[in-house]
Amino acid sequence: MRVLVGIEDTDHGIKALESTVERAKQTGDDLTVAIYATDGSIEETESAVRDRIETLDVDCAVERIDSDPGSRLVELAEREEYDQIVLSGGQRSPLGKIKLDDVHEFVLLNSRTTVKLVR
Amino acid sequence: MSVEYPDEPVDGFPTPPRTVTDREGREIELTRADGDTEDLVEMYLDFEEEDRAQGIPPTKEPDIREWLDAVMTDDGLNVIARNEGNAVGHVMLVSDSDGAYELAIFVLQPYQGAGIGTALVETALGAAAEEGIDRVWLSVERWNKPAVNLYEKIGFQSCGGERFERMMALRLA
Repeated sequence: MRVLVGIEDTDHGIKALESTVERAKQTGDDLTVAIYATDGSIEETESAVRDRIETLDVDCAVERIDSDPGSRLVELAEREEYDQIVLSGGQRSPLGKIKLDDVHEFVLLNSRTTVKLVR
Repeated sequence: MSVEYPDEPVDGFPTPPRTVTDREGREIELTRADGDTEDLVEMYLDFEEEDRAQGIPPTKEPDIREWLDAVMTDDGLNVIARNEGNAVGHVMLVSDSDGAYELAIFVLQPYQGAGIGTALVETALGAAAEEGIDRVWLSVERWNKPAVNLYEKIGFQSCGGERFERMMALRLA
């Protein structure tokens, strides 16, 4: 299966990457990581992701999404015929509520590709 | 995360401990939590799936215990509603990184729709005002109209976040 992993600039993004890689190692999924930033710097996120990919010893392509991450993820998944989009399930509020943002909303509402949220 | 608070504070909230009679005629005691989480664990184990919100409360007992330990910290504020000694509702305020407090409330299914939620939130806000807490916010799933109405009646105002959830805020001082 070809999987497109959308990774944002949070600790949670890195955790979603780790669990997706772990699964891919078992199933042989073909991974592409698409990095986007909602608050922080995309350069820092990209270097953190590349470091982690190296540590995890996995072969996967890394792409950068500089603007409109929601629509770009959906477009990319359709154009290049991915089987699944994986997104990190958002940050947690102080008392533990899952916070989904506009990227999650756009992808869930508009994607014709299966979407998986990693909590 | 930045929350916009109303300019005008809301005051006059009742403080715990107090006893109210709900619309079903049941005596409900509202008290500050004393650190004992056992009866809350029991309450959350009885929780219905449709009453969960944004991933809380968790479903499994170890996860419920871990979550309660995290929200019932010393700098938070918890008020429990009990009927005949059993926990039937819980409101929590947990501090954020901005010196304000996030609020959430849960009421056990057979006790919903009887005014307990309103009494719990008002009582917790009374306790919060006593403690010197000046700003409180919450998020609510935007299709949950009964909850939005309840918070508006108490004095919360919407302050954005029109995605899956609506953000609402209230100023106490």
